[in-house]
Amino acid sequence: MTELTCKVLIIGGGPGGYVAGIRAGQLGLDTIVVDAEALGGTCLNVGCIPSKAIIHAADEFEKAMHFANSSALGISAGKPKLDLTKTVAWKDGIVKRLTTGVGGLLKKNKVKTIKGWATFADGKTVDVKTADDVTRIRAENIIIATGSVPVELPFMKFGGAVISSTGALALDAPPKNFAIVGAGYIGLELGIAFAKFGSKVTVVEAMDRILPTYDAELTKPVAKRLKDLGVTVILGAKAKGLSKDGKSLEIEQNGKTEVIPADKVLVTVGRKPLTEGWGREKLALDMDGRHLKINDRCETSMRGVFAIGDVTGEPMLAHRAMAQGEMVAEIIAGHNRRWDKVAIPAICFTDPEIVSAGLSPDEAKAAGYAIKSAIFPFAANGRAMTMEAEDGFVRAVAREDNHLILGLQAVGRGASELSAAFGLALEMGARLEDIAGTIHAHPTQGEALQEAALRTLGHAFHI
Amino acid sequence: MGVHVIKLPDVGEGVAEAELVEWMVGPGDNVMEDQVLAAVMTDKATVEIPSPVIGKVTWLGAKIGEVVAVGSPIIKLDVDGAGNAKDDGAALVKEPKAEKKPAPAPKAEPKPEPTPRPAAKAAAPATTGAPRKEGDKPIASPAVRKRASDAGVDLRRVTGTGPAGRITHEDLDGYFENGSGAAAGRGRAADTSVKEIQIIGLRRKIAEKMAISRSRIPDIVYVDEVDVTSLEDLRAKLNTERIPDQAKLTILPFLMRAMAKAIADQPQINSLFDDEAGIVRQYGGVHIGVAAQTDGGLVVPVVRHVEARGLWDCAAEVARLADAAKKGTATRDELSGSTITITSLGALGGIVTTPVINHPEVAIVGVNKMQVRPHWDGASFVPRRMMNLSCAFDHRIVDGWNAAVFVQRVKTLLENPAMIFI
Repeated sequence: MTELTCKVLIIGGGPGGYVAGIRAGQLGLDTIVVDAEALGGTCLNVGCIPSKAIIHAADEFEKAMHFANSSALGISAGKPKLDLTKTVAWKDGIVKRLTTGVGGLLKKNKVKTIKGWATFADGKTVDVKTADDVTRIRAENIIIATGSVPVELPFMKFGGAVISSTGALALDAPPKNFAIVGAGYIGLELGIAFAKFGSKVTVVEAMDRILPTYDAELTKPVAKRLKDLGVTVILGAKAKGLSKDGKSLEIEQNGKTEVIPADKVLVTVGRKPLTEGWGREKLALDMDGRHLKINDRCETSMRGVFAIGDVTGEPMLAHRAMAQGEMVAEIIAGHNRRWDKVAIPAICFTDPEIVSAGLSPDEAKAAGYAIKSAIFPFAANGRAMTMEAEDGFVRAVAREDNHLILGLQAVGRGASELSAAFGLALEMGARLEDIAGTIHAHPTQGEALQEAALRTLGHAFHI
Repeated sequence: MGVHVIKLPDVGEGVAEAELVEWMVGPGDNVMEDQVLAAVMTDKATVEIPSPVIGKVTWLGAKIGEVVAVGSPIIKLDVDGAGNAKDDGAALVKEPKAEKKPAPAPKAEPKPEPTPRPAAKAAAPATTGAPRKEGDKPIASPAVRKRASDAGVDLRRVTGTGPAGRITHEDLDGYFENGSGAAAGRGRAADTSVKEIQIIGLRRKIAEKMAISRSRIPDIVYVDEVDVTSLEDLRAKLNTERIPDQAKLTILPFLMRAMAKAIADQPQINSLFDDEAGIVRQYGGVHIGVAAQTDGGLVVPVVRHVEARGLWDCAAEVARLADAAKKGTATRDELSGSTITITSLGALGGIVTTPVINHPEVAIVGVNKMQVRPHWDGASFVPRRMMNLSCAFDHRIVDGWNAAVFVQRVKTLLENPAMIFI
């Protein structure tokens, strides 16, 4: 057994863990990052990045299909062909570049990385089972960044025709009939991509609408697009399991059982914090429901043990984990830090994309604010017209009394990039007048943000 | 017009190099004859380098903290006439009129004060008044939030004057100015600053000497207490009866005399050990260094030939040297050449010290604070004035037995002060 000591031990090399590692390294702390898989965690390996690669490929393929018929743009081309194995290989190349890059960044900041599975021996000691040895690491501070895993349905375990998002990102061909259980953001992102690749996609959702975590107004353009793409959405229905021959999915809707033909069934019913398998039972860590309980400094109930990222619950987003990781590294270095972020923007890379930062109108009202809110549709935005991206809108939510921005949302093609402006406005404590008074370059989709602010103030130009 | 080059003079016997510790002039300054240009430090003395000529500084040859070899040029002056530099013919023709220019503005001219930010003043009163509505989160940009958290300030206590009650940098300035700063915040702010201080001059010398001593000398420390009641009575008596121009007696002259007497019996205590050559030089003269704290750091002025001095003579010499050391006027000779050292932190209290031997000496005597302690005289406790001596010896040269004998001898002499004078 090899024995090591360090100031900071980070369990998990995902976005939370590796950012904590880089920052700790920058601050001169003796730091070790442990991960059993490639660095980058879910995000880089089987989440954000690879799914965006597949989505991009699907968009390109759909565009080519579009040109195979006659298009309004006057472009016509031959019928495209898809070799998904090549697409997946290209995607894997990007993943490889990024994970290698993360390793390089950690190395540059003098952070040691160990590949292996970590298990707590006690609150200051962790055993890492590496390929050929066990390394015992004693650390002054430990950051738990173990992330999350897809939730499995007990009656439809992953394997064979039943796949998780990880499996969906590694298919060698689009399934002819593709059933998706769960109309959350992962299910819809992948469902839309495979519909564009040519699969016959059916989405089954237990709730009465798609994307239940976003408000109905934002999801309407997505619902419309799903219809255009030929995706069948069955709401208020429960998956019961695979049929006996394994070639279809049985669901129950309004007490009636229905059968949906499916070569593959993608189960995306959420993700759960990874709180098992690393010795949590040996520690005195308080839980908060399914996730580890933390305070506003990401401290757990044990001294010197911090937790960041998905293992600490919702929202399970890479950028939240990164900000927590940065903060915890600084806390360990002696800085006075507390979680004081105003907003964690969330994006849904469906077609069209949804981005939301801060409070929706309903959330703001529920929080007791008297609000002003207005939308500005992309249909009235010149740039959106030139890109055939007229669906969707930007929405501003502000306090009625002092016009402080409480929330900004958008749905539309490429709307995800607006998240930077949304986040900045909220963190800076901008008022409607600040956004309205900022020159937004023409012609861009971003002008819709300025117009939404203007319209909330009652004097938009282009509507 | 020519260039006069000043080289580092030979500042002391056997000194090959010196550390530049201060520049009194900078390039462009006009200097007078005998004006001090720079200070260099050798072993323990600071030597000032005066200008032999009138001229204008054009070049400085060393940075502060740099060690300069004797004979290397350290400064160049533009002077009337040929100067002493032979290779500066070019400069001579290039700037023949420079001399005619009026002298540059005196360097003491005050620089304009940076204009204070007016906003800070305006914001100052903003911190009073009611905080925002209960339950409302403070609104502030991430930069303001970070500044506040670094200073340990809870932004909920800061009133924002910006749009929608946003807390601006100026609001935070005002909050700090009104004195309700860090202490009123969530807690104490961590101070993660690191200040780099270049170890130069005397501090470097001290560091080097201490490192040599501790790394080379296996020392033995021996502590005993001395009953100085009789000595104190005698000292008080002598002080009341002294003639006005005599220095007031401290305990030091008695100790010095006692050491000189003990050394007469044990001369190996009074020696320098050249451990590289493997030679111990046993000195006939007892030259006692007396460690003195100055603003610049520790220096050790030396009272020479204590064996030949009387009590009052020792007192006068200690007083004179201590004064010179504090004023920084002690010469190199006065600060070197000791054969044994006394160190005293007496006034500060402390029971025991582990003195660091002044290499290459082999012994050091540390004086601890005199205190009245109960003493068992066989029948009852009586108050006695007691003082500890903490002494360290180079165990390579001085055996433990001899060390103990020396300290016991000094103790006996101090406890029976009449014996010092026999």
